[in-house]
Amino acid sequence: MSVLDSKIPEGPIKDKWTNHKNKINVVNPANKRLIDVIVVGTGLAGGAAAASLAEMGYAVKAFCFQDSPRRAHSIAAQGGINAAKNYQNDGDSVYRLFYDTVKGGDYRGREANVYRLAEVSANIIDQCVAQGVPFAREYGGLLDNRSFGGVLVSRTFYAKGQTGQQLLLGAYSAMNRQIGKGKIKMYNRHEMLDVVVVDGKARGIIARNLITGSIERHSAHAVVVASGGYGNVFFLSTNAMGSNATAAWKIHKKGAFFANPCYTQIHPTCIPRSGDYQSKLTLMSESLRNDGRIWVPKNMEDVEAIRSGKKKPIDLSEDERDYYLERRYPAFGNLVPRDVASRAAKERCDAGYGVNQTGEAVFLDFASAIQRYGKEAATVNHEPNATKERIIELGAEVIKNKYGNLFQMYEKIVDQNPYKTPMMIYPAVHYTMGGIWVDYNLMTTIPGCYAAGEANFSDHGANRLGASALMQGLADGYFVLPYTIGDYLADEIRTGPIPTDSPEFDAAEKDVRGIIDTLMNIKGTKSVDHFHKQLGKVMWDNVGMARNAQGLEEAQTKIRQIREEFWKDLRIPGEANELNTELEKAIRVADFLELGELFAKDALHRNESCGGHFREESVELDGEQKGEAKRDDDNFKYVAAWEWTGDPGESKLHKEDLEFKDIELKTRSYK
Amino acid sequence: MSEKGMNLTLKIWRQKNATSKGKIETYKVADISEHMSFLEMMDVLNEQLINEGQEPIAFDHDCREGICGMCSLHINGEAHGPDRGVTTCQLHMRMFNDGDTIYIEPFRAKAFPVIKDLIIDRTAFDRIQHAGGFVSVNTSGNTQDANALPIPKADADKAFDAATCIGCGACVASCKNASAMLYVSAKVSQFSLLPQGKVEAKDRVLNMVEQMDKEGFGNCTNTGACEVECPKGISLENIARMNSEYLKASITKEA
Repeated sequence: MSVLDSKIPEGPIKDKWTNHKNKINVVNPANKRLIDVIVVGTGLAGGAAAASLAEMGYAVKAFCFQDSPRRAHSIAAQGGINAAKNYQNDGDSVYRLFYDTVKGGDYRGREANVYRLAEVSANIIDQCVAQGVPFAREYGGLLDNRSFGGVLVSRTFYAKGQTGQQLLLGAYSAMNRQIGKGKIKMYNRHEMLDVVVVDGKARGIIARNLITGSIERHSAHAVVVASGGYGNVFFLSTNAMGSNATAAWKIHKKGAFFANPCYTQIHPTCIPRSGDYQSKLTLMSESLRNDGRIWVPKNMEDVEAIRSGKKKPIDLSEDERDYYLERRYPAFGNLVPRDVASRAAKERCDAGYGVNQTGEAVFLDFASAIQRYGKEAATVNHEPNATKERIIELGAEVIKNKYGNLFQMYEKIVDQNPYKTPMMIYPAVHYTMGGIWVDYNLMTTIPGCYAAGEANFSDHGANRLGASALMQGLADGYFVLPYTIGDYLADEIRTGPIPTDSPEFDAAEKDVRGIIDTLMNIKGTKSVDHFHKQLGKVMWDNVGMARNAQGLEEAQTKIRQIREEFWKDLRIPGEANELNTELEKAIRVADFLELGELFAKDALHRNESCGGHFREESVELDGEQKGEAKRDDDNFKYVAAWEWTGDPGESKLHKEDLEFKDIELKTRSYK
Repeated sequence: MSEKGMNLTLKIWRQKNATSKGKIETYKVADISEHMSFLEMMDVLNEQLINEGQEPIAFDHDCREGICGMCSLHINGEAHGPDRGVTTCQLHMRMFNDGDTIYIEPFRAKAFPVIKDLIIDRTAFDRIQHAGGFVSVNTSGNTQDANALPIPKADADKAFDAATCIGCGACVASCKNASAMLYVSAKVSQFSLLPQGKVEAKDRVLNMVEQMDKEGFGNCTNTGACEVECPKGISLENIARMNSEYLKASITKEA
């Protein structure tokens, strides 16, 4: 019997959430005022949770490391948010969204959680519209939808290429209403550096005020960690510079199991890197695959001619181009899921067909979409004799309305006009499906400590579908956590305020101060970035898009070496009791250096290919799926939840078996 | 594509903390690629400073793709530098030439005090939002169906355009009066254009403007500098809309 109890409610899957909500304990309004809840992180999950909990009457303290809760990295999500509204009447339903998400996750997610996600998805859109989120609309005034990868219906709601921004500003506005009322106390420029556990329950956090450097104690009856994913373990990713795993890693070290760390999403459409100075990578939304066609030249001579500038991509005729996704996956074409698209790009580039100087780029081409839209627009405008140029002009206008900000972003970074020449793209680390293990109530293995949004592991299995991260963040924050947390807090009404002068708070503060003092006193010779880049290189080379046993073992050794070197030779100028950006980074990278090793260990133990985790040893050898990733349900149909034992290399594995009662386990095919 | 490898002189504002007096210091960086972003150039300088045992320059930044609004910087006298329609993190070094001297200062405004070096305190912006930047609707899952209330596309699009404000503060920094009218009007406009926001429209505009004044932002004299420097192209039209909303609300306000 596993120590993990997922607490999945009994009953048919479609009734689980309703029944659970009906039976769950609730706290009466007068008592809610006496209960404190800490929320760490103010992205979609944290912001939505903080606002909802405060509306319900709890006394909320919210923390973010940025200068305002509005800056959390959810803001950078571009393409859209899924919801089973079936406004397009294309056969969508809660079941279909559930099915697509489980299949897209390569059957490594928890059915009950995913069903609930699909079930509340429609409420999210209603809620956001009520808040004044300006989603894209059709001329009739109703909401518009678009398609995303891995699905055959159009269920994605969007606000140009800035959906995350608009949704986050919606959650931020809901927070502001509560901050104005004094129901949320907001701590900007604060970073959580430890969780305080008293009598086995999460009772508060230790946070550093990033302006003054002072170490603060904050107590609460429950702690919600919604601090996002850990993609920055790769140094280069589409995450924000400050995105970090510290809050999640600290609760892990205090008893929260870390699940499936090796499930990482490498997003197929990012702007390729240009040099060693590169500080981050920029995503080009997956929504572009609605209209963009991905290709490389068929012939090696053309590849070389393009690289050397002798030929331009537009010089190549249709039959000189290899639209490899359309060729390999005729059913889904350019809209295959992200993991499949990324591996296919890598396959072409490894074979030598990469189209830029580094050999790591493929084309994303809008020429045919511009033609198609241009012709449509000419018809609508009654311009039967429109010239070729006029059609292109009209088509470009349509594309601009859909993706204008993305095209502008691309042009500013690359200095090429994507309306005229195809974009160059390459996969980059984008999202982490793995994260803190939680039960159906989103509680971690520390009682009273919850994890929401990208920080938890629960819904996306081994691969997340596009436009589902926003859905999950808001579902957790608005519609799941506010209910489930009541079940726990109902037993806390007699507890009274949690004192911060207990021995547990003393000890946690002492630990945090100890780590900071140690870091400041290394007084070595190398910057934090030096070590972070080294870690990132090992992660990308050995634990990236394709992994094998030898490389993973090597990665563990190398990461340990980098970690030792870090603690011996790090240099942090300045003092700890002031604003010190290098110290902030050092604390985060110290955690990445541990997490990275567990990541590699998890990837090594999972000797199967599933979703974003591709093991070279596990591929289909024949049949229609030849060369595709091979899952091993007999041996790996479980969640790997790791328990901290003092050393990331020695972490203890616990398994939560995944049951598939409502969806038949089968090989994922997008052919 | 030729690699330029620029050598630059940087004149940068250094200030230890909020209470100390700051001054401009001079630094040199060499072999800067034209493909670098401005902040990557700053990373190069900081790596250089750390290796020399000096304190790196503190500046705000996060997403580095022009959407979080965290980065700021007055570069050669312009908020977010010489390019248009971009934030500092999206500004690329191809906008500069070998041998250039670049002045880098924090956004300047009484309501945006300097915290350290190039980092400023913009919490005044948050406090304006607390005063009314929301629609009062609780999370319930029982609001009406999203399509029950059609909204004319033109209104929805205008509301969206106003809502794309990233709250960076370039408008304030560019204004000779350090006025926050463009910022405040963007939020007021977003909600005044949508039926959901109409119910509280009067209180919203009055309360947000009152808070804006309390924070010490100056008045608008219609110079239009804010619109020019706004990385998101927020239109002056929003200020006109806010003025009209404010006037309406002031006249019809119940005592």
